[in-house]
Amino acid sequence: MLDILGNLLQNNGLIVAFAIVGLTMYLSYFISNKLTRGRIHGSAIAITLGLVLAYIGGVVTGGEKGLSDITLFSGIGLMGGGMLRDFAIVATSFGANFSEIKKAGVNGVLSLFVGVVLSFVVGVIIALAFGYRDAISLTTIGAGTATYIVGPVTGSAIGASSEVITLSIAAGLVKSILTMIGTPFIAKYIGLNNPRTAMVYGGIMGTTSGVAGGLAATDPKLVPYGAVTATFYTGLGCLLAPSVLFLLTKAVFA
Amino acid sequence: MIIFGVAILSICFLSGVFFGDLLGHILGINANVGGVGFAMLMLILLVEYLKKKDKLNKQTQEGLAFWSGMYIPIVIAMSAQQNVVAALNGGFLAIIAGVVVVVISWAVVPLLSKGGQVEILEMDVNGGEQGVRHIR
Repeated sequence: MLDILGNLLQNNGLIVAFAIVGLTMYLSYFISNKLTRGRIHGSAIAITLGLVLAYIGGVVTGGEKGLSDITLFSGIGLMGGGMLRDFAIVATSFGANFSEIKKAGVNGVLSLFVGVVLSFVVGVIIALAFGYRDAISLTTIGAGTATYIVGPVTGSAIGASSEVITLSIAAGLVKSILTMIGTPFIAKYIGLNNPRTAMVYGGIMGTTSGVAGGLAATDPKLVPYGAVTATFYTGLGCLLAPSVLFLLTKAVFA
Repeated sequence: MIIFGVAILSICFLSGVFFGDLLGHILGINANVGGVGFAMLMLILLVEYLKKKDKLNKQTQEGLAFWSGMYIPIVIAMSAQQNVVAALNGGFLAIIAGVVVVVISWAVVPLLSKGGQVEILEMDVNGGEQGVRHIR
């Protein structure tokens, strides 16, 4: 009996993932309505539950991919993987308004540059405070503070130690997770309720998963606007960090 | 047919990501530069064009709306496979860097977004029925 069930679940991973995520969302919206009276949005609770499951999965298996490292739940990896995620992000722009994007265009592009440089500088300052003095480590940690992809790309490009690269990934992950959870709570204080601000938000924060998840929990209508800028951020970071920003860091700390 | 909508989406996705890869290659960095962003812009323009020509019937739109509505569930699956353990074990430096950068970035957002009129949108809700607005 159990064998049959186990095989069934293992052979139909993606379908299992649909069922698990559906149940998680049902539970989250139930909690949202009954326990918080709608004050905390259901998708914010669902994302937090997802992260808790990822933590449990990581502790149980010692792997890097959260819940999807448990064989029974491997379909979560496919459903939440890069391919379907990017596909669905593109789909959210169905219903977005091009004139809004044009209006926010200049601010959106400006916010990208401000976002990458600001994150980098913050990361470098904190790395300095923790006693790092060489330009390679400073640059890598600064890049990781941009996103957890820019960090390792930069680190391996300029030859950082694996310990520093791991730190840079961790810094980017903390940023991404905090953005996912925190966005709905901070939204009203920073005027995050219109396409223009959402595009600036995507450019400043830059973590695609964090911005998209956070906006989804705030107001799903804003997702395409935040995502359209955020998806340029990692590319810009990979471009600037190992080149201009590294040379500047080297000039200052040589 | 529903598949027409899905196919439109797929073609925009593939060409956008291809363009992003190509741009990354030209710039000499081993990364995709804004591929998803290009794909989104293409889809927005294409949908606007087809709507104007009245070539986008309801079923075709349903193919697009379905994947748009699957977005939030997919984000939840994505969060369930993050390396949360590593983020928490990354030590004090990683946690402080992550928290400080997010807080400072939040403070900067209003500085760059001001000047525009603040308006609440009224248009098709992404995420279908579950797209409830954040209350308060």
